[in-house]
Amino acid sequence: MEYILKNGIVFDPKNNVKGEQMDILIKDNKITDEVSSNAKVLDVTGKLVMPGGVDLHSHIAGPKLSIGRLYRPEDIRRGIKPPSRNDISGFEAGFSLPTCPTIGYRYTKMGYTTVTEAAVPPLEAKHAHEEINSIPNLDIPTLTLFGNNWFMLKYVKENRLDDLKVFISKWLKLAKGYGVKIVNPCGSEAWGWGKNVDGLDDAEPHWEVTGRQVITSLTRVNEELGLPHSVHVHTNDLGHPGNYETTLETFDCVKDIKKNRNVDRNQIIHCTHVQFHSYKGTSWRDVSSGATELIDYINKHNHLTCDVGQITFDETTTMTADAPMEYDLFRLTGLKWANKDIEVETASGLIPAIYSQHAPVSVLQWAVGLEFFMGVKDPWKIALTTDSPNAGPFIRYPKIISWLMSQEKLQDMLDNDVHSWATKRTDLGTYNREYSWDEITVITRSSPAKILGLEDRGHLGLNAKADISVYDIDVDDFDPTLKSNSETIENKLLNSKYTIKDGEILVKDAKIVKLVKSNHIWCNVKGLENSERLLENRIKPEFNKYYTIKYENYGVNDHYIKPDTQVNVEYMGENYESN
Amino acid sequence: MIEKPIKDYDKEVKNCSCSYCGNNCDDITYLLKNDEIVGVRHACRIGASKIINDQDQRLLSPMIRNDEGILEETTWDVALDKTARLLHNSTRPVLYGWGETSVEAIKKGIKIAEITGSVIDNQSTICHGTSIQAFQNVGHPVMTLGEVKNRADVIVYVGTNPMDDHPRHLSRYTTFPEGFFRRNGRQDRTIITLDPKYTNTAKVSDKWIQFNMDEDYLLFNALRMLLKGEELEEKEVAGVSTQQLEELIKIMKNAEYGALFFGLGVSQTLAKQKNVDVLIQLIEDLNRYSKWSMLPMRGFFNVSGFNIALTSETGYPYGVDFSRGYPRFMVGETTTIDLLNRREPDFFMAVSADPGVQFPGYTIKHLVNIPTIQVDTHWGPYTELSDIVLPSTRVGVETEGTAYRMDSIPLFMKKVIDKPKNCHSDEWILTELYKRIEQLKQEDE
Ligand code: SF4
Ligand SMILES: [Zn+2]
Repeated sequence: MEYILKNGIVFDPKNNVKGEQMDILIKDNKITDEVSSNAKVLDVTGKLVMPGGVDLHSHIAGPKLSIGRLYRPEDIRRGIKPPSRNDISGFEAGFSLPTCPTIGYRYTKMGYTTVTEAAVPPLEAKHAHEEINSIPNLDIPTLTLFGNNWFMLKYVKENRLDDLKVFISKWLKLAKGYGVKIVNPCGSEAWGWGKNVDGLDDAEPHWEVTGRQVITSLTRVNEELGLPHSVHVHTNDLGHPGNYETTLETFDCVKDIKKNRNVDRNQIIHCTHVQFHSYKGTSWRDVSSGATELIDYINKHNHLTCDVGQITFDETTTMTADAPMEYDLFRLTGLKWANKDIEVETASGLIPAIYSQHAPVSVLQWAVGLEFFMGVKDPWKIALTTDSPNAGPFIRYPKIISWLMSQEKLQDMLDNDVHSWATKRTDLGTYNREYSWDEITVITRSSPAKILGLEDRGHLGLNAKADISVYDIDVDDFDPTLKSNSETIENKLLNSKYTIKDGEILVKDAKIVKLVKSNHIWCNVKGLENSERLLENRIKPEFNKYYTIKYENYGVNDHYIKPDTQVNVEYMGENYESN
Repeated sequence: MIEKPIKDYDKEVKNCSCSYCGNNCDDITYLLKNDEIVGVRHACRIGASKIINDQDQRLLSPMIRNDEGILEETTWDVALDKTARLLHNSTRPVLYGWGETSVEAIKKGIKIAEITGSVIDNQSTICHGTSIQAFQNVGHPVMTLGEVKNRADVIVYVGTNPMDDHPRHLSRYTTFPEGFFRRNGRQDRTIITLDPKYTNTAKVSDKWIQFNMDEDYLLFNALRMLLKGEELEEKEVAGVSTQQLEELIKIMKNAEYGALFFGLGVSQTLAKQKNVDVLIQLIEDLNRYSKWSMLPMRGFFNVSGFNIALTSETGYPYGVDFSRGYPRFMVGETTTIDLLNRREPDFFMAVSADPGVQFPGYTIKHLVNIPTIQVDTHWGPYTELSDIVLPSTRVGVETEGTAYRMDSIPLFMKKVIDKPKNCHSDEWILTELYKRIEQLKQEDE
């Protein structure tokens, strides 16, 4: 199929297109520069055109979601919507814990085409992939949890980075994972005994390995392999006042590690939901923002990127492999607590969260998130996330965008809506920045795609994937800086005019017109097959002793990943950029 | 009794998953001769008999009950058409069962429920549904079985008798095997069974604590009080001496990693989900001092998978009513037994389940008055009640597919031998029904 997307106002930051009126040509699943006379014209004169949205960190598939839905029917009821009469989508259910089909409907209608599932334990990876099969319309890379894995801990302890490298290469294949995720390294393993680690240099009692060792080792291995994405790190001490120091140390601990020569991204570490990791103080009474120091570090260094984890003032559900933190929250709030310890690999915890604009701590967290948006100068170093659903469900992205684009709106919230800690305990009041559409495009498309290493998307250049979103906003006649327009922004960005994925129209005039199977994106390292086989033979006896399923039944077979995109990486030995 | 090892086979297939109980043992070797399973290795006695399975009770072709009340063989087309039409024309259909089929089939079932406005429900409704309600009330602190194998020094079984019902639970997962932090296996662990009866599990435990039937709620509350450091005025609670309770809570409090497993003896006795409520609270409290997790002993090999698949698709774990076009879940309103007791359903299909065995008499009576469909592999009491019988295949033996173990670990189950010629997989049968119903819907428009 061929299309001419005609006369839209196009934002394509990677190719330096900043709101130019132009045509975008589509042939089959790619952007092209020439179409035949058969091409169908889609008139989008004056409308806002961007590459399809890319979410680099969300929780949409796998055991945590299942547990959440199972134990929170009250959240399911909140999101019920009967099947729509005038489009082809079915019913919706769930607010912070939408059902699989609902996740697909909501993201597509927002113009998103790629969404990363950020935490998959390999042992339950089949579950995540099975759920992906029930989510329509997205490309879904999954990040595989390694930060508390026993084989990893052993290799790090014994300083066997070659084995670790082969292990990661093999395990990504088994889990059909795309990248390396580290969550509270060593802390979730300590949780196996009801404990946690305190900071980057507190060794896990049994393994005698520290978070620092885990992060630096996995970063080295990630760069040696040349994986398209960097390590993706949820640093130690999440949600604890005083944790900004750990975050700062984590930023810094990898800075001398060399980046692989072949990768497109700039960073060697991606630190996720930094908002949750940026508090000063010793308790929730004297807590204040530590964002300024962290922002300063990010502005001065190029080896790291971050996403925010912006709070949105909702009743939502937190879920993370940082299980000890969830138990702390349970002790703090008394809300119903779920926990799941997963053998040899990780743990996970859940608890409902109520972020209120009248509650000082919620407001502090909200303001800290916004400080990052305001303070990080280069938008290519930051991505918009809510760590959905942890800080708020992903359907709040448009609302966040409306805050970022209007100083008037934000000031009004500070003056009238939110608790005074927003200005008293953070520097948010000192910023005076309004995001342009160009910058919004960067933090919701171009930068997450680049950080993920998915070069074929996040832009509209020749041969890019034809993933495009069009919104019913007349760019030249619309002033997003006006407070009175913020609801319109939210509404229009929630309901795209067109969502096109792989050259197919999935949404038209805010209605879903086509449902396609989501695509499993995973990373396949080539060139280490022999070493992988040797490692496998060595690992098998141990594996079969300490896991409770057989190694032979562990991997995700092809049954679960139709259709898939295999991102091939040629292993080239040590191949680093010179500093 | 020692059985002779089977030597007369020509092929072995390793690492198969047993499709019987919620242990989902995936280390089973099938021994084949002339493409038939003649023996198994590693399975327990129940599992082995299920896998080797003689064919004489097998349903081998579709059947419809004729005017004289006799089940008569028919063709697939006739049986499927008739089933589809009955379902399509009914106003309060119930699709029940699913504990012994694959997630792939279950997902097809959910789609049918959606387009026909059915209630879809599984065995949870009569088993651990109460536990799920408790998880919804209080919380859900669970673990995978490997955590128990590797770490647990204290293991408590309450109201469950795995030695008979989940035979390899202790030997494969919890008690006997060597664990990473429990190198001496059994010797490194304390096993405690709480049960009104002296079961085979009690027999192999270090401690058996007998308590009065239906007094679970009292018992667990007393334990919570003791854990909080409060004193009990009574000399005994639920028939257990206070001293014994104090000893028990001391062991639990001092555990390095404790695991508690509970069964229908907790979730289906007098106070039902209230029992599980306190039990969860006890586990939560214990986590202040030590590390504790818990798990319900799920019966069939894929009851857990049904709960998971249904939450993925509809948000709710069981008893989902699609009569309004979107899912609703309300225990007592949308759950099978209650619906049947109120005489609401006018169509009933059981897939891989035998309501004839599982349901109370009063409930079953209604099934006699409405169209009933059986999709299953074997003849059972429910066959005698069924108007249409659709013979299916055995997952993990004749058909591949996914199941979730009691701790929700997903397993891919292999196809090892061919199915009987005129049987079809649940997934195939449901796909065919779906197509036919869609067709009927179009004809209506
Ligand atoms: S314990 Fe259960 S799953 Fe394991 S072999 Fe026996 S019946 Fe099968
Ligand atoms: Zn996250």
